[in-house]
Amino acid sequence: MSLFKFHGGVHPPEHKLKSTAAPIRSVTMPLRLVLPLRQHVGNVAKLMVAVGDHVLKGQLLAAPDGMISAAVHAPTSGTIAAIEERLIPHASGLPDLCITLNADGEDRWGDHQPLDYQAQEKSAVLDALRLAGVVGLGGATFPSHVKLRADDAHPVLTLIINGAECEPYITCDDLLMRERALEIVRGIEIMQYLLGAKHAIIGIEDNKPEAAAAMRLACSQNSISITVATVPTLYPGGGAKQLIKVLTGLEVPSGKLPTTIGVQCFNVATAYTVHRFIDHGEPVISRVVTVTGRVAQPGNYEVPLGMEIFDLVQAAGGTADDSNGLVMGGPMMGFNLPSGHVPVVKGTNCIIASAPALFAPQPPAMPCIRCARCAEVCPVNLQPQELYWFARADNFEKARSYDLFDCIECGCCSYVCPSRIPLVQYYRYAKSEILASDKARQAANVARERNELRLARIAREKEERAAKHAERAVGARAEAGGDAKQAAIAAAMARAEAQKAEIVPQNVTDLSPLVATEIKAIDARRGKVDDRD
Amino acid sequence: MMTALLVMIGLALLLGIVLGYSALKFKVEGDPLVDKIDAILPQTQCGQCGFPGCKPYATAIAHGEADINQCPPGGEPGMRALADLLGVEPKPLNAECGTPKPKSVAVIVENLCIGCTLCIQACPVDAILGAAKQMHTVIASECTGCELCLPPCPVDCISMVPIPEKVDNWKWRYPVIEIKSLAV
Ligand code: SF4
Ligand code: SF4
Ligand code: SF4
Ligand code: SF4
Repeated sequence: MSLFKFHGGVHPPEHKLKSTAAPIRSVTMPLRLVLPLRQHVGNVAKLMVAVGDHVLKGQLLAAPDGMISAAVHAPTSGTIAAIEERLIPHASGLPDLCITLNADGEDRWGDHQPLDYQAQEKSAVLDALRLAGVVGLGGATFPSHVKLRADDAHPVLTLIINGAECEPYITCDDLLMRERALEIVRGIEIMQYLLGAKHAIIGIEDNKPEAAAAMRLACSQNSISITVATVPTLYPGGGAKQLIKVLTGLEVPSGKLPTTIGVQCFNVATAYTVHRFIDHGEPVISRVVTVTGRVAQPGNYEVPLGMEIFDLVQAAGGTADDSNGLVMGGPMMGFNLPSGHVPVVKGTNCIIASAPALFAPQPPAMPCIRCARCAEVCPVNLQPQELYWFARADNFEKARSYDLFDCIECGCCSYVCPSRIPLVQYYRYAKSEILASDKARQAANVARERNELRLARIAREKEERAAKHAERAVGARAEAGGDAKQAAIAAAMARAEAQKAEIVPQNVTDLSPLVATEIKAIDARRGKVDDRD
Repeated sequence: MMTALLVMIGLALLLGIVLGYSALKFKVEGDPLVDKIDAILPQTQCGQCGFPGCKPYATAIAHGEADINQCPPGGEPGMRALADLLGVEPKPLNAECGTPKPKSVAVIVENLCIGCTLCIQACPVDAILGAAKQMHTVIASECTGCELCLPPCPVDCISMVPIPEKVDNWKWRYPVIEIKSLAV
């Protein structure tokens, strides 16, 4: 098939060989698992268990809340030890609500059955996938059931499966394709059926010949036709929009979803989890993680979600002496972990034990010389030097109008910048400031509305009161005349009398016997006092 | 001569009717400039600007009766946005009106509340729930942090609590890197 080119891109050193020497290894089930409720994009999952509950492997611990949300399950059987805020693998280094599960060592599965997906309504299958916690495992963790919902307005013709894995160091998709190609193909078949897509294309970078060969073999054994395309190795060729461009020649318009051009894109590991759920009834409770960098046994490990990253690194032989930290994700788009004592989550594709020898400390930045090299390599065709300028000066509206939100934070621009400006950090800063001010604006709109409603209410009440006064005045005047004044006074007194009779003290009904006796006693005392005078 | 006069009178009447009709039909509600200014103001409705709310302040700015630097919750960015909109020079915030502080919400210590309803009457956005002689409580998501409920409370049981930084409202910081000067 003919391939296309996306704009820009860079060739960072790959460092992939170290972790592809050994097959995927399993780890011993840890004694304690920590499962954050926020493991995906969208609403935080809703807690379904309490401390002390005994749960089985695969049991639902937290249910999806709303459409864009996904479930969290127990990776092994055991007891819920705590539900509390704990440090999570997040760039903020802040704690978030997590379930702590103490394993009982039996690893006993709960009830789970394969799903006959063709015998059911597609929407029921998608709901099941939502409950199974299937999210994009390429790192973005967007709930997959949302992307798999066929939309009549934008039918998906081409299903693209992303096996490009362009980021240096990471090899978990590579190994998954080498070893579990048949299962991945089966997952693709199910996804293609759900979307009603005409073709499916798997895009694999040409630095992974074994994976491509394994996928070709698996596709030839399957009845549906899936094209396996090897694409040139060029970072960030694994970005969804970049891969779509390379494989189909189509550009996803700015700010739009790929479905607007009839394409949908999933990661290979996501296809694998779809197969595990549909054909075996297993929700997402583990994933393959690359552990590499300065560790004794770099490689890929099948890790239960919730395992502490420190323990995982120990399982990989521990870190070398010169290691000075852990990076989650790759060197281009990943971030430094706040600590090793955070759990593996659905978005953990790679852990790199970093060292000064691997990642040199950021040299001091120099002023931008407007060389425009960043613009040459930007895969989204942005003007990074302009964005930098606006972000630096807090000129957010301007940055937004230069399509800041199309930036995929790939880091190509920072990589080539001769002035060593940490450009992506500026874009992240500007993006989060803009999102926060948008939120504040929405809150302000609500406040304005509530304030206006309140003012309207006060005005209405005032009017009503004025109307009532006027009415009374008219009534009084009508009655006045002759000896009507007397009558009016009498009437007013009668009204007051009647009102008095109507008022029933609120606090003497429904009394407890204790209070009732107390009141009786007080009344009796009062009676005595009255008698005295 | 007569026909020309009649034609002109006829035209004048016709156009008058058209104009009169369109003035009614396409009537612009309110003052567009006031709304534009109001859209920039943070809607905290705190009155620190010296007006009983954001809309009155917006009206005063539009009529040239107030300066653009009197809104502490809007802070520096808000003042800049106003300067941009009105085409005037930005100026430092007027410290007499107060200083910007981190956004907070009011919290009622519920077992101290005597249920006097005074705070409800003070809240500009009806974010306090309660009834006479009942414990009152603040709907945190609606509270604008205006602090107007604090002074009326006879038992001082309302306090302002800054909104803590959580994973979902956390923001990336401005990159701190030394910029090497070229002149070295
Ligand atoms: S690559 Fe760096 S120095 Fe060159 S224009 Fe871009 S930001 Fe400026
Ligand atoms: S980080 Fe953003 S601006 Fe820089 S090259 Fe990547 S997409 Fe372009
Ligand atoms: S000071 Fe308070 S009332 Fe005045 S404009 Fe600002 S937020 Fe609104
Ligand atoms: S003003 Fe204070 S005591 Fe009165 S209802 Fe409000 S919180 Fe309760």
